[in-house]
Amino acid sequence: MERVPILKIGDILLVSIQIDMEDQVALQLQEDLADRIVATGCHGVIIDISALDIVDSFVGRTLATIAAISKVLDADTVVVGMRPAVAITLVELGLSLPGIRTALNVELGMDLLARERGEDDDEPDDEDEDEPGASAVATS
Amino acid sequence: MSDQAERIEVGSDQDVVRVRQLIRARAVAVKLSLVDQTKLVTAASELARNTLVYGGGGSVEVTSVDNGRRKGIRIVFADQGPGIADLDLAFTDGYTSGGGLGLGLSGARRLVDEFDIETAVGEGTTITVTKWCR
Amino acid sequence: MTLSADEAARFAALLEENQEALVAAWTDRVTTSLRGRLSHAELQRQTSEMRRAFQQALAGAAQDLTTEAAGELRAQLADLSATRARQGFTATETAVSVFALKEAVLNVLDGSDATTLRDYVAFSSFVDEAALFTFDSYVRVREELIADQAEQLLELSTPVVKLWEGVVAVPLVGTLDSARAQVVMERLLQTLVDTGSPYAIIDITGVPAVDTQVAQHVLKTVVAARLMGADCIISGIRPQIAQTIVALGIEFGDIATKASLADALRYVLAQTGKKKGR
Repeated sequence: MERVPILKIGDILLVSIQIDMEDQVALQLQEDLADRIVATGCHGVIIDISALDIVDSFVGRTLATIAAISKVLDADTVVVGMRPAVAITLVELGLSLPGIRTALNVELGMDLLARERGEDDDEPDDEDEDEPGASAVATS
Repeated sequence: MSDQAERIEVGSDQDVVRVRQLIRARAVAVKLSLVDQTKLVTAASELARNTLVYGGGGSVEVTSVDNGRRKGIRIVFADQGPGIADLDLAFTDGYTSGGGLGLGLSGARRLVDEFDIETAVGEGTTITVTKWCR
Repeated sequence: MTLSADEAARFAALLEENQEALVAAWTDRVTTSLRGRLSHAELQRQTSEMRRAFQQALAGAAQDLTTEAAGELRAQLADLSATRARQGFTATETAVSVFALKEAVLNVLDGSDATTLRDYVAFSSFVDEAALFTFDSYVRVREELIADQAEQLLELSTPVVKLWEGVVAVPLVGTLDSARAQVVMERLLQTLVDTGSPYAIIDITGVPAVDTQVAQHVLKTVVAARLMGADCIISGIRPQIAQTIVALGIEFGDIATKASLADALRYVLAQTGKKKGR
């Protein structure tokens, strides 16, 4: 079975999904990532899905679960690089990926993570409520 | 008028991936737009997984269709599984009997142009979907 | 009414023997009917090619236009109507160019016995069929032209412009139907990816009316952009549109709406400034 590689860059784990994943591979990634967060003590996870030409409800659910698990392990997850056609399809499918933060590309994803960490350090209780227009999936 | 049909037996995860790749290739061949390709492949992925998970495996058959004005892709998902007792419930957003997000059936229906389902308890389920070029 | 093999052969011979007189008479009539909008020389070339196609079809014992022997003739006719449609001639003018062959044939036909008359009627219905065929192809070509133009218009009317570093805008102009909304949506989202802009302003100043369907399309675009990690602001909402939106009960939820494009840009810059400052 193929495995999705996880790279460590500074305080961030970078996952770039380059293959059409079987459901088992997605579940394996979920496990591997939890292990790596604990092993490395990283506080941020970036999942690059720019090579995925579809995201169905199974992959969507896996991404949401990964984000939730990372949160428990004190790491923020950002999903980056979603293709326009995939986003349009997800809207039609009715999948809004609640609880997942997104950014257009890896660079903006890293900015977002840096900002979040900064905020957490300044005001530990700040959970983003102060920003108008921000929703669970917004980047602002 | 239709091309020759291609058929994949769905019995494992890998088969769902093969279904996605086949549908993608056929959708490109009839020149569906990129967004429509993505919608169709996503719908096929949902339905093929249903066939596998709820129907206990089955088959997926793809044909290219042409109604004289437009071309399209027709896919038939068939299983001999337990069938669906309450269709209205199965089509409710968020309802699931198998631990998914409950968007498979209702979501897939929104992604295609034509959606037809035949099901009988104890005999199985057959779903036919069609997507036309714009 | 179809041509019998004998009739077809007799006419093929007739078209062969009198080719010069026929082409001349035919060209004259077509020139008159088109009132000099095409040159005599060009029409002469067209009619002589058509004559040859007719003769070929009849010599091949084509009983009507659908047979294989008439393939070349069909191609000629389709070609003729396509050219005429593009040149802006009417469908009638195009068909009359074919009908004129009947008069030309009548001129060269000798004898007034019953056989000649019956031949002529049969041939005449063959020509009618050909003229109707040009009518059909004419309509088809025009439909293609209209579809092409609609597509060009779509391209023209939906520019996505970069306003500021990280901010793109789509000024929507005109009525948004479903097809156009889809194109706009895809193009906007693609531009976000290409330019790496986390903000998009959808300006609807030029949209005459907003109904629930248009609102749905705009809302879906905004949700899709959020899934990709970008924020959309809707600007250019005129007073009467604000009233319709409320009257129709359209919910924009937590999407930022601004009265003008300038307001929207100011809002975005304040947002990015706030972020950079933190």
